Amino acid sequence: MIYLYVGIGGFIGASLRYLVGVLLTGPDQWFPYSTLAVNLSGSFILAWFTIGLVERYALSAEWKAALGTGLVGSYTTFSTLSMDAVLLYERGDLFLSSLYVFISIGGGLVLSLLGFHFGKRRNAAC
Amino acid sequence: MLIFKLLLVGLGGFCGAILRYAVSRWIENRKSSTLPTATLIVNIAGSFLLGILIGLDLTKTWFLLCGTGILGAFTTFSTFKLEAIQLHINKRWKGFIYYVLASYFFGICLAYTGFKLGRWFML
Repeated sequence: MIYLYVGIGGFIGASLRYLVGVLLTGPDQWFPYSTLAVNLSGSFILAWFTIGLVERYALSAEWKAALGTGLVGSYTTFSTLSMDAVLLYERGDLFLSSLYVFISIGGGLVLSLLGFHFGKRRNAAC
Repeated sequence: MLIFKLLLVGLGGFCGAILRYAVSRWIENRKSSTLPTATLIVNIAGSFLLGILIGLDLTKTWFLLCGTGILGAFTTFSTFKLEAIQLHINKRWKGFIYYVLASYFFGICLAYTGFKLGRWFML
């Protein structure tokens, strides 16, 4: 049954990711900022959700799987990130490709850490 | 036709998320290492497969279902970062550095290999 919850979360998460892509993709796509936007925001949300909401509201395993693993897990993606870096490199933009990977590494860690502390602080306040 | 595209991606996301969950659980039940290997394996395998798909130059419809949907949801960035942060918070520096570097290095190398492989099939 938990598989179904993860699947439903995945349905919503992947659709949301595609929507953000549609909204953020211009005709002159020189930099894959839609993948970046999705991944960075999702890193913050997952850390905040896992540390803040799950513990605070003692959410069940089903909810945790549906929202965390399914929805946010599918909203963010790693395969597109890898391919974005490869395609930038193939286009001859080694600098942009490196910058993209660098922002993903650093930005993702910082936002995940922020979400973690944000969730912890909210917990302490209760 | 945005609603049709959303449904395609959603359907793929449904399958991809279930696959990720199943594979992760299967790996976690079998491994002895304390590193988050499940997410690592899922992410680098998915990067390789997406490379092949893009190299093959599928039609837009197929790519929305298999690429954006299935493989997009099968791999994940948020869980990967959260696991890395948890290693950092538990002061397991070696594991943290190893996990982050291995994910990006193998993910990008395998995406590149898959891409070239897909292109080669198209010749």
